[in-house]
This record gives sequence, structure tokens and C-alpha cells, in this order.
Amino acid sequence: MTAVIETEGLGKRYRRLWALSDCTLSIPAGHVVGLVGPNGAGKTTLLNLAVGLLAPTTGTIEVLAGPPRARPAQLARIGFLAQDAPLYAGLTVAEHLKLGARLNPGWDAEYARRRIDWLGLDPGQKAGTLSGGQRAQVALTLAIGKRPELLILDEPVASLDPLARREFLEDLMEAIAEREFSVVLSSHLIADLERVCDYLIVLVDSRVRLAGPVDELLATHHLLTGPRRDPATLPAGQRVISASHTDRQTTLLVRTSEAVLDPAWTVSEVGLEDMVLAYMREAAGGGRRRAPGYHLEVQQ
Amino acid sequence: MIEFHLDGRSGVAPYMQLIHQVRQALRLGLLREGDQLPKVKDVAAGLAINPNTVLKAYRELEYERLAAARPGVGTFVTATLGGASLAAHGPLRRELQGWLAKARRAGLDDESIEALFLSTFRSAAEEDIA
Repeated sequence: MTAVIETEGLGKRYRRLWALSDCTLSIPAGHVVGLVGPNGAGKTTLLNLAVGLLAPTTGTIEVLAGPPRARPAQLARIGFLAQDAPLYAGLTVAEHLKLGARLNPGWDAEYARRRIDWLGLDPGQKAGTLSGGQRAQVALTLAIGKRPELLILDEPVASLDPLARREFLEDLMEAIAEREFSVVLSSHLIADLERVCDYLIVLVDSRVRLAGPVDELLATHHLLTGPRRDPATLPAGQRVISASHTDRQTTLLVRTSEAVLDPAWTVSEVGLEDMVLAYMREAAGGGRRRAPGYHLEVQQ
Repeated sequence: MIEFHLDGRSGVAPYMQLIHQVRQALRLGLLREGDQLPKVKDVAAGLAINPNTVLKAYRELEYERLAAARPGVGTFVTATLGGASLAAHGPLRRELQGWLAKARRAGLDDESIEALFLSTFRSAAEEDIA
């Protein structure tokens, strides 16, 4: 399968600060990719590099098998929705659609008109007077209306209320089912990502910590609980992502492609959220201590 | 037609939840042979989930020979579950009730009964595999 985004040693430095470093990724087509990580991890930088708004300091990035801003034709294949769904406050909804038609060679006017109609929006209304949810929906209409092969969304639902958020994701999923394009979206809302994403990238401290198909990641991470033990004594194939101990008990999150056979461990599956948080904690140095007994709820 | 729902806190993968719900509906007779499953697009839009997740669930059901896809039309139920064994439910239930009464007389509370049942169920299942 072809890659929608391929990076090699990609880095971006702002003065002396590296916003993204040594990022090597290959994101296959046909997925909804979730990009997660703490604030300042480099998510927006990576997405801005992918759409050519930024130029790399080191390394290379190819999007749909070409440099992102080589030719206008390349940009026409990529849809991008920046944070907070920026629209022109002084232009009406209809004027935004007209702009979409002028700027995009593959513009699907019929789709855009139908969708605005279905959303119940007044085409004559100025964008500046729309609610946050309506603004996001108009921006999504513009992004999908250009019929992209790859749609990149930076925190698309962060500022929406729960209902607007759900509606936005419902419409996005419906559009993907109908039109089969790839999506990369960043978000803090892991519960949302669990529903919509089938591929995950965890970015912490400007580095990629974890990337792969969600099913595969969940199948290779296990929560082990058992008598207290030094994680260093585990078999070589088991990588410890997080460890916590009480005086008698040890709880570990390990990544391994093989079955855990040691009968001393109670092995349980781990959820997406716990897995992601463990990687964020690992990168943070595990400095924040958890209260003992935190894991009691997951014991058998 | 059935309608799917998702429990975000169950920890069960969304595609497994869809499969469970189809199987459950088959067992309870809510879905019968020939019935159409909801369209992928409608499930994706209705639950705000990835269409690939729905496709994966449907493919798994096809693999289990519980459903079959008709290209361009949709996915249809091709089998029933538990139809023949439904008759056995009554007697089994009565035996289980007898066992439950015995467990209570022995002083087990609800949680102990559940734990005992689940651990026995699991070890029996493991013996089957081994």
C-alpha cells in the first residue's frame, strides 16, 4: 500500500528550539490516523510541514509521493483544516463556497451546496456570526468539497461542545465511507480517537514514540500484575513502557509481540487511553508518582 | 434491521462490540436469515466510528459464515445462532438454578458466586484449548 505521508529524519527548529526532531514515519493510505501528544509536542509543526506551510530544517517529507509544496496540483490533492476552523469573518457562507470553487480545480459544488443546505445554514449569513460548531462544519464542507485524497485536520473538535463534536465526527466518518480518502487528525480527546482512528501516532517532546495500526498496537501491549519484581529481570522481548510498584506487587505495561507465558503474571488487555498515557509518562521521565493501589481496579 | 451502539468505557474494541451485538441479536431472534445489516456508511455516520471498523466487523461475520456481502447492495445475515439449542435452555437453566440455591445455602454471596462461575468457566475453557 502506498504511503500518504513519508518522512525521513524530519526536523524543524525555531531559533534554538527543536519543535520536531528525527521524525521518520510512513503512514499508509486508507486510514484515519490519530496524532496524539501533549501540548507543544510538535503535532501542529508536523501537520504544517505536511501541508507545506513550514519548510523542514532537516530531513525530508513527502506527501502523496511528492514534496508538499512542489506544485499547485500537489496541494489540490490535500485538504487542510487548521486549528479553530479559520474562516473569513466578513464573508458569507455562500461567498466561502464561491471561494472554494475558484481556488480548487476539483471543486464539488453540488456536494458543498447540498451539505450547507442539510446543515440548515443560511448561505447569506456572515461567517463571523456562526457558532463554533457551525464554523467547523462550514470549514469541513470546504475541505471535503475540494475532493482531497488526503485530509489533514489540526485539533478539529477541540473547541466544540460535545454535541457539535459528535456531529462533526459523524459527518466526517460518513464522508470517508462515501469518498474513501485518507485522514490525519490531531486531538487530545482519546475517547474520540478510539472511535474514529485505525492508526495512531504518539508524539512526545518533538519525537515519535509510537506509531502503527491501532489493532496491532493494542494486541502487542499488555498490562501485567503480579508479585513484586524488578522489571530488569523480564525476558528480552518484553519492553517495559511503564512500571509501578507497591511493597508486594508490581504492575507493568509491556510491549511484546510474543505471548506472556510467565504464570506469575496476571495478563490483561490495555485500553488505548492507558497505552497512550503510559507513553507520555515514559517520555516525561515518569517523574510524577502515582498513589499506591492505583491499579487495584484492574485486578481480577 | 438492528441499530448498533457503542460502550466507550467497556474496553472492548469497537469492531468486537459490533460483532457481539450481531451475535446477540441472532441468539435472541432479533435478526434472522436474510435480514440486512445496517449499511457501513450509516453505521459510521450514526456512531461516529471509522468505516473500516464496521467493514472489519462485517468481514469477521462473513468469515464466521454468519453474514454475506452482496456487492452494491449490502451485507445480509446467512445463518441463525442457537436455534437448535434453544430447546436445551430450559433444563440447563433449571440445573443452574439448583446449583445457585446450593451455593447460597453454602453461604456464598453474589460476588463470590460470580467469581466462582467465571473462574471455573475460564479454566474449563483453557482446558478445552489445551
